[in-house]
Amino acid sequence: MRNDLVLRVIAKLLIPFILLFALYVQFHGELGPGGGFQAGVIAAAAIVLHVLIFGLDATRRIVPERLVETMLAAGVLIYAGVGVAGLLLGGNFLDYFVLSGDRVYGQLRGIFWVEVGVAVTVSGVMLKIFYMFAARGHDDGEDA
Amino acid sequence: MMVATVVILARSRNLFAVVVLGGIYSFLMATVLVALDAVDVAMTEAAVGAGVSTVLLLGALHLCKAEEAKPAHRPWLPLAVAVGTGAVLVYGTLGLPAFSDPEAPIHTHVAPRYLNEALKETSVPNVVTAVLASYRGYDTLGETTVVFTAGAGVIALLRRRKKKDKADAEKAAS
Repeated sequence: MRNDLVLRVIAKLLIPFILLFALYVQFHGELGPGGGFQAGVIAAAAIVLHVLIFGLDATRRIVPERLVETMLAAGVLIYAGVGVAGLLLGGNFLDYFVLSGDRVYGQLRGIFWVEVGVAVTVSGVMLKIFYMFAARGHDDGEDA
Repeated sequence: MMVATVVILARSRNLFAVVVLGGIYSFLMATVLVALDAVDVAMTEAAVGAGVSTVLLLGALHLCKAEEAKPAHRPWLPLAVAVGTGAVLVYGTLGLPAFSDPEAPIHTHVAPRYLNEALKETSVPNVVTAVLASYRGYDTLGETTVVFTAGAGVIALLRRRKKKDKADAEKAAS
């Protein structure tokens, strides 16, 4: 499959658009359908497509496992960090009103960072699970 | 169409066909959710159900045989449990208010407040996002932690297996 010219060209064309769509879903989630979870899954799907077409090793060079594992924990930490930031600024845990001078703007800011946290964790977990499954087949194949 | 997909799904012994049919079922489900005006959920269903989980199942299929093993025992007890649970659940739906009844408790409790005040309080036009990230912030934090725990669990399970394999290989070599 890796030598199929049509698949390679189409994948190269599609992946940037899938990633762009993920960002659109992420940042437009407040206005239209979408949000952190969906954006994370779509971004992970783009990278899974890259693995399917170009092979696991090529993708590991672009998106190393260490980065994926960091993303796993970083998302939850960003989310909880928003809560702690609210605490430090004198509100309750996960209270967004205090994040900015204006109450409504504080809400927007809080929701934005919370969605970023969700997206980072979700895409990290999806990719990590996929890497683990793919690596098992991959390494077994090398042994055989 | 969904019923036909499920019947073929249950009868098929070829796991590859089952995975592909599962993806088709997810897409059909996503269309149903769009028809119900739940675009956010439909998006998730299409991306997770039809996209990522199909690929994950195919990856798992790569590691094992493509034919389902013959069942070792009679299906009557599990069938009875499934039919019994289904009957109880159907009985439970009799107590629910009618579909899209405006007087149902779910529409008179906090939903009107969210719908009326969300734009003013958070300036976020998508109410789903406002409820998820702001009013129900704790729940979403819990969800994110669940996703994180699931990932950590998979890492723990698969990585240990890998090390064990390596140790076994070394033992066999020496």
